Amino acid sequence: MKRKTLASRYRWLGWLPVWQRNFGVWRKLALTSMLGNLADPVIYMLGLGYGLGSLMPDIGGQPYLAFLAAGTVAASTMNAATFESLYNAFSRMHVQKSWDAILNTPLGLADVLGGELVWAASKAVLSGSAILLVITLIGLVHDPLALWVLPCLLLIGLAFAALGLIWTALAPSFDFFMYFFTLFVTPMTLISGVFFPTDALPGWLAGIGAALPLAQGVALVRPLLAGQVPPDIALHVGLLLLTTALGFAVALRLTTRRLLK
Amino acid sequence: MPGMASPALSVRDLQKAYAGKAVVDGLSFEVAAGSCFGLLGPNGAGKTTTLRLCLGLTGADSGTIRLAGEPVPARARQARQRVGVVPQFDNLDPDFTATENLLVFARYFGLDRDAVAERVPALLDFAGLGNKGDARITALSGGMRRRLTLARALIADPEIIVLDEPTTGLDPQARHLIWERLKQLKAAGKTLLLTTHFMDEAERLCDQLIVIDHGRKIAEGSPRQLIAERIEPQVIEVYDESGGDLPGFIATRRGLAERVEVSGETAFFYCREPESLLAALAAQRGLRYIHRASNLEDVFIQLTGRELRD
Repeated sequence: MKRKTLASRYRWLGWLPVWQRNFGVWRKLALTSMLGNLADPVIYMLGLGYGLGSLMPDIGGQPYLAFLAAGTVAASTMNAATFESLYNAFSRMHVQKSWDAILNTPLGLADVLGGELVWAASKAVLSGSAILLVITLIGLVHDPLALWVLPCLLLIGLAFAALGLIWTALAPSFDFFMYFFTLFVTPMTLISGVFFPTDALPGWLAGIGAALPLAQGVALVRPLLAGQVPPDIALHVGLLLLTTALGFAVALRLTTRRLLK
Repeated sequence: MPGMASPALSVRDLQKAYAGKAVVDGLSFEVAAGSCFGLLGPNGAGKTTTLRLCLGLTGADSGTIRLAGEPVPARARQARQRVGVVPQFDNLDPDFTATENLLVFARYFGLDRDAVAERVPALLDFAGLGNKGDARITALSGGMRRRLTLARALIADPEIIVLDEPTTGLDPQARHLIWERLKQLKAAGKTLLLTTHFMDEAERLCDQLIVIDHGRKIAEGSPRQLIAERIEPQVIEVYDESGGDLPGFIATRRGLAERVEVSGETAFFYCREPESLLAALAAQRGLRYIHRASNLEDVFIQLTGRELRD
């Protein structure tokens, strides 16, 4: 009777059943969740891009709409991963106690958090891809090099999912998440070259922005969408991977302290 | 299955403190395979912490645990593969139907849909939810959810089932149904480990039990054995109905019982030969009384006192 799943044969796949659980729930509510993920950023992008863009000169040889589109892809991916790893993960951990239920099975907390990490990144890829599709449909993408944006979306998603899980491990209630946006996400979005080039900022502020994880994503996505190979690929990819690894390690430690005390 | 001789769970010298305060304090016990074992104690006695330690969900400061033949926490995963858990608070997935809850849970044990799909209808039947497979969790009553949680704990056909206060918050009908099912599981050879603070539940279900307080074991035995050894066989509870002068009655008739305890408005006369006390009560106006056999609750209260625990 006992046919084994992949995850039970390979220990490192322990996160997969947790991912499958989240996917199973999402599938039931997919349409509404997709529309929500897509509508807001697209409206902003088109509104600002066409409206503001008509007043603006080209930036780095591209129209403002194209410049903004690349920033929007990266920022939306970040937002999707952040939202999932904050609100939804917290709801599963704290309100529904789904994590407690899973911890009573052979799976461990690393499997639970791993599943949440990859799940939040998966949703982020989906969000980013949807915007990418819209951009392609309105004729802003001309080069197949743009397909390389997809793995970049995964890296951005993983990095911000890991950071979100840290904040979730510390959260006493849903209200706590507002600070993550006010203190971290919003300022970072403004100094990472999403809406405007950072050379408009004071040098020290631009320097901080360039070191933050969102800027790595923008630095990869923007050239790829313009049909160019990004400079310093290894640096940007490396920083995103490092953010993921360190973030996940810290989140695992903090969540262990919270749940397995 | 391991040999019947090896216990399903053995705990030795278990010690666990939070912020310097001992929660489990030198606890040792053994649960025989195929038996129902009760872990009893007032609120905050360390019952849930003991269960969490046994499942490897938190580390002990010292002591050894073997669950289903596996050392915990070193091989807690392998042990949990053979254990089903019914937690104190329901944590079913509200977004899934009853059937989906079981299928999703099976995956955590490494069992895929095909492997368990044929077991699911039988499990739902066992839980009295045969026609609720497609129901959302939010549409189920508290009793139904508890039974579904029990079915979920059985999804990987465990040898041992751990139940943390399985009937707390249920109405009498729902409790009786759970008790029936637990008896069936025991008859099928499963080992049951349960915590409860319902003494009638422990008296009905448990072969062996321990009473713990402040993390320490203060009594051990079968329910009958504990009642026989620890307390007088009969109790007469007396209370003042209408100006019956209870204090006066206690003062003059104390000698008719082995032991008298007063709690609030009620006096408990514990005795072996109740006839003369009953005769005295019949002659007394204004006092009301209940005469009954002693039970596990009397033992429990004698062991842990009458003060409220919060």
